Amino acid sequence: MDTNILLFALIIPLIGFLINFLFGKKLGKSLSGIIGTTTIVISFIISVCLFLHIKETGEAIRIHLFEWFSLKNFKIDFAFYFDQLTALWLLFVTGIGSLIHLYSTSYMKEDENFHKFFAYLNLFIFFMMVLVSGSNLLMMFIGWEGVGLCSYLLIGFWHQNREYNNASKKAFIMNRVGDLGFLVGTFIIIYIFGTIDFVELREQTVMGITASSFAVLLSFATLALFIGATGKSAQLPLYTWLPDAMAGPTPVSALIHAATMVTAGIFMITRLNFLFDLTPDVQNIIAIIGGITAFMAASIGLMQNDIKKVLAYSTVSQLGLMFMAIGFAAYEIAVFHVITHAFFKACLFLGSGSVIHAIHGEQDMRHMGGLKKYMKITYATFLVSTLAISGIPPLSGFFSKDEILMTAFHNNIPLYIIGSLASIMTAFYMFRLLYLTFFNKFRGTKEQEAHLHESPASMTIPLIVLAILAAVGGLISLPGHSWLNEYLAPVIVNNAASHPHHLGTTEYILMGIAVIGALIGIGLAYNKYIKNQEIPVNDNQVRGIQKVLANKYYLDEIYMAIIVQPLNMLGGFFKNVIELLISGIVLFFAKFASEVSYQGKKLQNGNIGLYLFAFVFGVCTMIYYLFIAR
Amino acid sequence: MNVTFILLTLLIGAILTFVAGKKMALNVAVLTSLVALGLTAFNICEFQNGIDVSFQTQWMTKPNIWISLKADGLSLLMVTLTTFLTPLILLTAVGKDYKNPHKLFALVLFMAFAMTGTFLAEDGFVYYIFWELALIPIFFIALLWGSDTWEIRKAAIIKFFIYTFAGSLFMLIAFLYLYQKSGSFLLPNLAQISLTADEQTWIFLAFFLAYAIKLPIFPFHTWQANTYEKSPAIGTMLLSGIMLKMGVYSILRWQLPLTPQVDERVLNTVLVLCIIGIIYASLIALRETNLKRLLAYSSMAHVGLIAAGAYTFTQDGMQGAVVQMLAHGIVIVALFFLVEIIYKRYRTYEIKDLGGIRAHAIKFTSFFLIFLFASIGLPGTFSFIGEFTLLYSLSQIGWIYAILGGSTIIFGAYYMLKMFEDAILGKTNVKTFADLNSIEFLVLFVLAVAVIFFGIYPKPITDLLFFSI
Amino acid sequence: MENVLQIIGIENYIYLAILLFSVGVFGILYRRNAIVMFMSIEIMLNAANLLLVAFSNYHQDPQGQVFVFFTMAVAAAEVAIGLAILVSIYRHIGSIDIDKLKNLKG
Repeated sequence: MDTNILLFALIIPLIGFLINFLFGKKLGKSLSGIIGTTTIVISFIISVCLFLHIKETGEAIRIHLFEWFSLKNFKIDFAFYFDQLTALWLLFVTGIGSLIHLYSTSYMKEDENFHKFFAYLNLFIFFMMVLVSGSNLLMMFIGWEGVGLCSYLLIGFWHQNREYNNASKKAFIMNRVGDLGFLVGTFIIIYIFGTIDFVELREQTVMGITASSFAVLLSFATLALFIGATGKSAQLPLYTWLPDAMAGPTPVSALIHAATMVTAGIFMITRLNFLFDLTPDVQNIIAIIGGITAFMAASIGLMQNDIKKVLAYSTVSQLGLMFMAIGFAAYEIAVFHVITHAFFKACLFLGSGSVIHAIHGEQDMRHMGGLKKYMKITYATFLVSTLAISGIPPLSGFFSKDEILMTAFHNNIPLYIIGSLASIMTAFYMFRLLYLTFFNKFRGTKEQEAHLHESPASMTIPLIVLAILAAVGGLISLPGHSWLNEYLAPVIVNNAASHPHHLGTTEYILMGIAVIGALIGIGLAYNKYIKNQEIPVNDNQVRGIQKVLANKYYLDEIYMAIIVQPLNMLGGFFKNVIELLISGIVLFFAKFASEVSYQGKKLQNGNIGLYLFAFVFGVCTMIYYLFIAR
Repeated sequence: MNVTFILLTLLIGAILTFVAGKKMALNVAVLTSLVALGLTAFNICEFQNGIDVSFQTQWMTKPNIWISLKADGLSLLMVTLTTFLTPLILLTAVGKDYKNPHKLFALVLFMAFAMTGTFLAEDGFVYYIFWELALIPIFFIALLWGSDTWEIRKAAIIKFFIYTFAGSLFMLIAFLYLYQKSGSFLLPNLAQISLTADEQTWIFLAFFLAYAIKLPIFPFHTWQANTYEKSPAIGTMLLSGIMLKMGVYSILRWQLPLTPQVDERVLNTVLVLCIIGIIYASLIALRETNLKRLLAYSSMAHVGLIAAGAYTFTQDGMQGAVVQMLAHGIVIVALFFLVEIIYKRYRTYEIKDLGGIRAHAIKFTSFFLIFLFASIGLPGTFSFIGEFTLLYSLSQIGWIYAILGGSTIIFGAYYMLKMFEDAILGKTNVKTFADLNSIEFLVLFVLAVAVIFFGIYPKPITDLLFFSI
Repeated sequence: MENVLQIIGIENYIYLAILLFSVGVFGILYRRNAIVMFMSIEIMLNAANLLLVAFSNYHQDPQGQVFVFFTMAVAAAEVAIGLAILVSIYRHIGSIDIDKLKNLKG
């Protein structure tokens, strides 16, 4: 495959960004939207070609552009590397990206900064592509921070709102904490292997020469990289930015904060699976953190009333499940879930966007309801995706989630239970969301009710496509015969061997349990919100454990109290006390000099008699010492 | 053609600017600085073609002093930074009414001359003369054209002058001691004399005092924020963009080569000081309410990292220090210029009086964002390469250094974004904010191109550097 | 003719000069009147002159005596200027007591 075409696929979103950024205002909204969308579609088409090519030949493509910079012991190339994993990611990033661009042309129509929005989205796609196609850790880091930048720009897209700005700032800073981990991990890897190129790293670990003598250090490296992943992929302890990130426009939440960017952590670990395989302790930590995050986020999701917040916590929870899978070294399963999740979660977000669009920016589910009859397509697609995320067969979510739980069952029973509970809760709150939004009567204002309408075709087409994908996406990795496993085999070093896919009685029982669990969750939600027609109470009436959940376990407050506030106080202390102290010491020298001269000045008092006396006395002393004393 | 022509151009330019009178001064100054930039480029080309562009002649026989201007990769890079930034800094003055502009711009060129001399001199004595010479114009620039009342300004500027000057005297003592040992001030001769470890430590400390104050390294920084705040924009840019780099350059060129066997404990203490400085300055920047002071502290945090890298005594650390020094020079000048643009429109540096500029001026905000992210080392910008190399060199010395030093990427993001949010974003400001005019745009554009281009393709710079460290 | 010096002896000239000089010194230290102090200075000057002349004779070298002429000429000029200054001070302040003349200390 011609490398120029690949580079073109990489660069064209950047061109789209530049055109929209520099000339967007002059081009007008429709043209700017067309440019933004077309560039991504072109990238998508080339990605499909690449995918087919790699699937056929099974060979990775490496494009070396130039040497980026070099240090004493090693050099870093500005190079790209396309293998099975990259192709897969490119496929769904550009694919979903295209759909969401199309969707945005309608969704953002009213916004005065329409062209900026498309510019940023294009830039995001560009950086995301760099992230997945970088040939070494630092190239990946360009994309890694670049998507963080775009995320910052897009969360704070409505820059007049202080809260949104705060959310975007928070997202960037929390990501930066993770980025430091990423960098430290990189340094350790350089120290151990003397290279950060993925291919070379892999060769070295497969041969097993260097890694064995650095077991402990390697653990630190993978742990640090995992911290990086927790930042980008919103895991404990750094996940709190993601729910806040919902401040951005809904297409952004769908694209960046559900489908693509937040999976970067999974991508990175899968890319380096051979390293993580060498450090089982870290893998345990990953699995545990993933499990806890999945559970915590799901439990918080139970009590949220903002439609996007529910989806956000659901994203965190699903990402937790993916990390759990990674912790069990089941990378292909994590990737599988990434893909199915991208489909149904993007669909859910876009669906919620469609709802929000219909009722003019209202996001509180307590003011929704009964939308089923107004928005049939949105409802249908939403239902499919909700069923998918809840794990109802034969939709895609069932397969991927079931695989994760099955792996957990074989590796770690407590985590299996936690994961299953999280899944039941997921089913519950997703159906709660569905019921509160689409069923019963409309609870908003009359004015809003008069304007309820189905969204235009450019918004519903992406919904339909995504819903179909969410329904059939499971086909790529059916239990027993997994196409994905075979496809990813060259990327994942310890593939299939450790995860034999034979379907025995246990597996069928587990599937049964999972389905029953999901049905229980749905049943509970049905009982509560359809049968009893309950509506969540006002925020100040929440009590007990529910209050803790509604307030997200007070994690934000805790961070505020133990990290942010002390830092600010320390800063204030430095500024108001230490700074004066140091300044005082310096001034002390000045004061000392001036004091000495002030005292000396007293000698020069204009009293000639005294001068003369001093003079005579001095001469006498000199004479005495020079002539008489010796 | 050798490097003396750059020096002479700047010196003659300073005189011409002064003579040219109030109206033509800026044109003459910009023109000569551009000529100097062209000469620098020419010299670099010759240097790369293997032609020696150094210059050497004896000045006095007793004491033995040579006017020796040595041009290697490091020196040429620093000269390039100076001659590249000088015209841009001068252009920032367009449309601003300074009193007696011919004097101001002549001083600016004179300062560029002195700094170029510092970067080129190979003879310790001449180097020292240039080093101190650079202090004089900035003293007058800050004192005569600065802000605030005369009394407050005078206190700040005189403190700056005496403080840095006093520090330099220790350097002079070290030079005299070395001269008395070797009978020459020339760097190669000084490097050849064998000193005991103790002597080296003392000389190291004497140099350190001079450079620590110039940079500044914690806790020798108390002059900085005040001076930056009180100086006129042009002076702040000169100080932070170029003059501060004299300290880092001197560490690499004079201090470390002369004292290779300095006591490990002293070196470690210095490293720790640098790293304390990073965190300390970052935390203060977090609470700072004045834009210029905030940038001053951010500059101190960055310089702490640069100095820490240089003092690791590793090749990577030194390379990183140079790269980051150039990057920081460009970025900080741009940031100060942006702040100055705000001041031109709103007459204030206080963050609480700002906000809502984004809604008025999109070009301005875009540039602000570019340089903000460059300053916090986003990959793809020049600073990232420097920051990465520096942190990597620190990690070779000790992981804890790398992690603590690396906290700058978190804190940096924190205080810069906080400032950005409070000063630029938010509800549309009631006062209108005119977007960039063409000159402002040009200056920022050139700087932005430099930052991004070298972020992606830093090879020209690292290649130049390769032979000199 | 016998040399005066040989009759009296060089050491006596030295004693006299020391005595004169000391008188001058003490005069300057104890008196507050500027004119008296001025006179004391002249006495010290003449003590030095005396020594010059005495030693010039002792060494049989006329240089010293030539020197004395110069000294006296300069001293005369000095007195003229000094007195002029004192007069003008007196006109301004009405006193030449040095304890009161402290305005020039800066």
